[in-house]
Amino acid sequence: MRLTLLKSTILKPAVLLLSLAAVLPFNLNAETPEEKGLAIAKEAKARNVGWGDSEASMEMILRNKAGRETIRKVRSKSLEIQDDGDKGLSIFDEPRDVKGTAFLSFTHIQGNDDQWLYLPALKRVKRISSSNKSGPWMGSEFANEDLTSFEIEKYDYKFLREDEVDGDKVFVTELYPKYKNSGYSKSISWIDQEHYRVRKIEYFDKQDKLLKVMTFSDYRLYLDKFWRAHKQLMENVQTGKSTTINWGEYKFNVGLTDKDFNKSSLKRAK
Amino acid sequence: MTNANHHHENNKTVKFGHFIVNHKWLVLFLSIALSFLAAFGASFLEIKTDYRVFFSEDNPQMLAFEDIQDTYDKADNVMFVLTPKDGKVFTKQTLKTIHWITEEGWKTPYATRVDSITNYQHTWVTPEDEDYMLVGALLCIPDKTADIDSECEHEGVTEQMIDSLTPQQIEQLSEIILHEPQLLNRMINPDKSVTAVNVTVQIPSDPDLEGLEGKARAEKQAEILTAVPKITAFARDLRQRIMERDPNIEVRMTGVIMMNNAFAETGQNDMMTLTPLMLFLVIPIALFLMLRSISGTVSSVFVIIFSIVAAMGGAGWLGIYMTGPLFSVPTIVATMAVADSVHLLVTFLQNMRRGMNKNDAMVESLRINMMPIFLTSVTTIIGFLTMNFSEVPPLRDLGNTVAVGVAWAFFLSVTFLPAIMLILPVKHTINEDNAGNRTMDKLADFVITKRRILLPTMAALSIAIIAFLPKNDLNDEFVKYFDETIDFRVDSDYTADNLTGLYVMFYSVKSGQQDGIHESKFLDTIEAFSAYAKQQPEVLHVQSYGDVMKRLNKSMNGDKNPCYELPKQSLDTGCNAVLQEPDEEGVDLNTRIRELTAQYTLMYETSLPRGMDLNNQLNGDKSSTRMQLSLKNISSKEVIVLEEKFAAWFKQNAPGIEISASSPAIMFSHVGQRNIYSMIEGTAIALILISIILGIALRSFKLGLLSLIPNIIPMAVAFGIWGIFKGQVGMGLSVVMGMTLGIVVDDTVHFLSKYLRARREKNMDQAEAVRYAFHTVGMALTVTTIVLVLGFLVLGMSHYVMNSEMGIMTAITLAAALIIDFLLLPPLLMLFKQSEKVVAEPVGENA
Repeated sequence: MRLTLLKSTILKPAVLLLSLAAVLPFNLNAETPEEKGLAIAKEAKARNVGWGDSEASMEMILRNKAGRETIRKVRSKSLEIQDDGDKGLSIFDEPRDVKGTAFLSFTHIQGNDDQWLYLPALKRVKRISSSNKSGPWMGSEFANEDLTSFEIEKYDYKFLREDEVDGDKVFVTELYPKYKNSGYSKSISWIDQEHYRVRKIEYFDKQDKLLKVMTFSDYRLYLDKFWRAHKQLMENVQTGKSTTINWGEYKFNVGLTDKDFNKSSLKRAK
Repeated sequence: MTNANHHHENNKTVKFGHFIVNHKWLVLFLSIALSFLAAFGASFLEIKTDYRVFFSEDNPQMLAFEDIQDTYDKADNVMFVLTPKDGKVFTKQTLKTIHWITEEGWKTPYATRVDSITNYQHTWVTPEDEDYMLVGALLCIPDKTADIDSECEHEGVTEQMIDSLTPQQIEQLSEIILHEPQLLNRMINPDKSVTAVNVTVQIPSDPDLEGLEGKARAEKQAEILTAVPKITAFARDLRQRIMERDPNIEVRMTGVIMMNNAFAETGQNDMMTLTPLMLFLVIPIALFLMLRSISGTVSSVFVIIFSIVAAMGGAGWLGIYMTGPLFSVPTIVATMAVADSVHLLVTFLQNMRRGMNKNDAMVESLRINMMPIFLTSVTTIIGFLTMNFSEVPPLRDLGNTVAVGVAWAFFLSVTFLPAIMLILPVKHTINEDNAGNRTMDKLADFVITKRRILLPTMAALSIAIIAFLPKNDLNDEFVKYFDETIDFRVDSDYTADNLTGLYVMFYSVKSGQQDGIHESKFLDTIEAFSAYAKQQPEVLHVQSYGDVMKRLNKSMNGDKNPCYELPKQSLDTGCNAVLQEPDEEGVDLNTRIRELTAQYTLMYETSLPRGMDLNNQLNGDKSSTRMQLSLKNISSKEVIVLEEKFAAWFKQNAPGIEISASSPAIMFSHVGQRNIYSMIEGTAIALILISIILGIALRSFKLGLLSLIPNIIPMAVAFGIWGIFKGQVGMGLSVVMGMTLGIVVDDTVHFLSKYLRARREKNMDQAEAVRYAFHTVGMALTVTTIVLVLGFLVLGMSHYVMNSEMGIMTAITLAAALIIDFLLLPPLLMLFKQSEKVVAEPVGENA
């Protein structure tokens, strides 16, 4: 499972050239807001290409309205896939009763993702239907669709304005999901102009009312190229609940291959 | 009148009278200006559309409820109850409509969840691969079963998909629904003829204001106040659209939001219809009949209007919110304000008819009436202030607001009213109507001659009626707060009769440890409780996580029917076979079952779409679960009995498990009960206070004590009569005691003060004094009582039962009070003949 946005991409030289051209200053005035929004997304994607594979652990803190907290711990492995969504494997460590449960997903640009769950108590791999992208992930405020890998083709874009976040200049862009069964009518993302890192996303429900706000912080640079946020906070403004994800150190190029992401690897994952 | 004694206070009153005569324009201007200033507060008034206003912040049931609401999802809802006219829910056309409503329901402001039979999330396995668990909305079952990679989600269901359903498939879908305990008797009836779409909303409420300041706070505040009207407007429009789209469907609406709306809307409608009726019909006619003076009638109506706006303004200044009971303020204040004006004007006009000039007539009227009007206003205010003993904040607000109105009516009656009467032309007809007084004389003769029969007869009659007092049962059923002309009441009754109950009980069952709900022992407990609850005839439906787990267990075991059991029990039928094998790490079976159960929940949770999640049943760390019991429309007493029964069950069968139970039904049941006790306490204190005031004012300890009898008996008699005809006492009636006390006392004061004046000033004997009292105030008391009774009967026309019962009951009490003042009090006074003479002498010297 992929847990930050804007990571992998379909890298084609032409696309890259186009996207680079798109953000050149002299070209800005001639663009429509839609073109500029798309260009920003492409550039962000382009800057996150080629990371290959990675491993990281995370701690998820669920907070209800009364402020009571619940903690989940998960280890996550990811594999970058060209021309399609990434592959992900998550292994649950806490809560204790689901320890060893492993979740395998192949995200796709088109159609349903493929998802399997290994239940250690049953010693069996179950395939689960994945057309529901809008549901909460492990009871948190993150929906499945908030956590799957970012693919350019999933959205239509519209550049809104420039702004500042913590003193950094950002682009503010609206994204309209094109894929079926999204829980949102749109989202607005704040992407910094220097590194094309997502700083904040606002999610709007089907009635176009603000539903959730995700903020990214504690960005660290890996392999001199890839920025990873070590903290993601998702606040549901309608229910007053929130979830924080704290990421541990990322490890890149740990030698993961397709073989580590199939049904039989699920059972071995501990 | 000219030979009246000039007491010290009288001198002051006369000076006050002369001041008004000499500065009538100034007084008029100042009194109007002050009234406007007071009325300005009304601009701060906001209507509060939340039933939670009926509970104080520290109400234990409310705190428990808030805690349940915060732990799980809020359960505020709008329920659309759908009845196809052809009697069949499972037709293509109706399924299309339900599907459409479900999608439209998501557009409801603040919607967080929409439940219907068509989006019910079923789990099943594919025939090809029993390890592929499918989760999907009902209408997606055929599509997903045919194509396991189908992207069918509820909103993706098309008309063509429904059209292409075969009769067998429809039959199969209806079987799935009818066999799902989560749905049967909640979302569909067993006849498959009535179903519902339930929209859950998360509306902002007062706790959301915490930590907000300035503009943000004001905005949130505005949002809180407009949320319910907004949702209601949307729901009504949707209802209209449903009926236009599919004329075969009858649509009814119930749920917490509709209840909130009914509270506000019914009160508002009352104010729009009853207040004008009162102000422009009942009161002017009554006033004119009493005064026979157009300028007097017009001036009095102004006194009343100013008193009402000042009362409402006062409420605004005090930061009081408009709630159901507050809408009765205009009617009550109008009724109370009449008496003051009448007393002053009757004397004034009489004086003029007797040939006094206008100014002298007014000064004299003020001299005579100032003290009685003041005294009766004070006792009335004390009566209304007893409502502060109520457990129910809006009733406290009602008492305080009316108290402001009564005080203002007094203020205006002795400033504005005399000033404007001196300015306006006053026509006085010479003929003094003596028919009334002659009737009173006859009544006096009757009472005096028959006193030996009247006393025991009246006493026996009162006791006989009072004997029915225990027939009253405490009941606060919030659906019955509205009469049958209100849609919410009719629709809720229909729902209770045909589908499911609006009265629910929430049980938060707590295991006390993280993931504790997956323990077999815990699941067994909620299963057993669910079974026990279903045995109760009052319970229509129980929502339990046990039912979810049974269905999951079945799906995880290749959808084999014998596996429709909790994981542990299903071991006996060969399900979850892997657990039969010994564990290589030596983990014990119970732990393995718990882990299995937890993993099933995780798997299910991962597959549910937004708005269909488990947050309404499970808390974050899976240590507790919420069970929802839907009840028939039962009385609040029965609710409490049931609650105690369930508490006892848990104590006996699951002593280690902590529960917390609450719901609007439970909250109203308890507050009604506590309220009545606190009101009895408040009334008792007021009674003592008023008796002391009377004793001092009448300068007779004995009469102060005696006044208790005509003050208490009318209340008891009224509740006795209520017991005979109605027998249900709710929140609204509990305040009647305190409220009427203040008014009933007025009659007693007037009668006793005239009686004493005759005894002390005119040295009459008791029979003569009684006759004198009848002659001087008998007619006035009769007429003011008629006005009061009429006024409260107007309130009795309210569709808001809390207000209408309050009105009717007050009317009964006041009528009973007059009868007792006339028929029981005089014989009682004459009973104390011998001793009274001894007391009367020294008092007479003082006078």
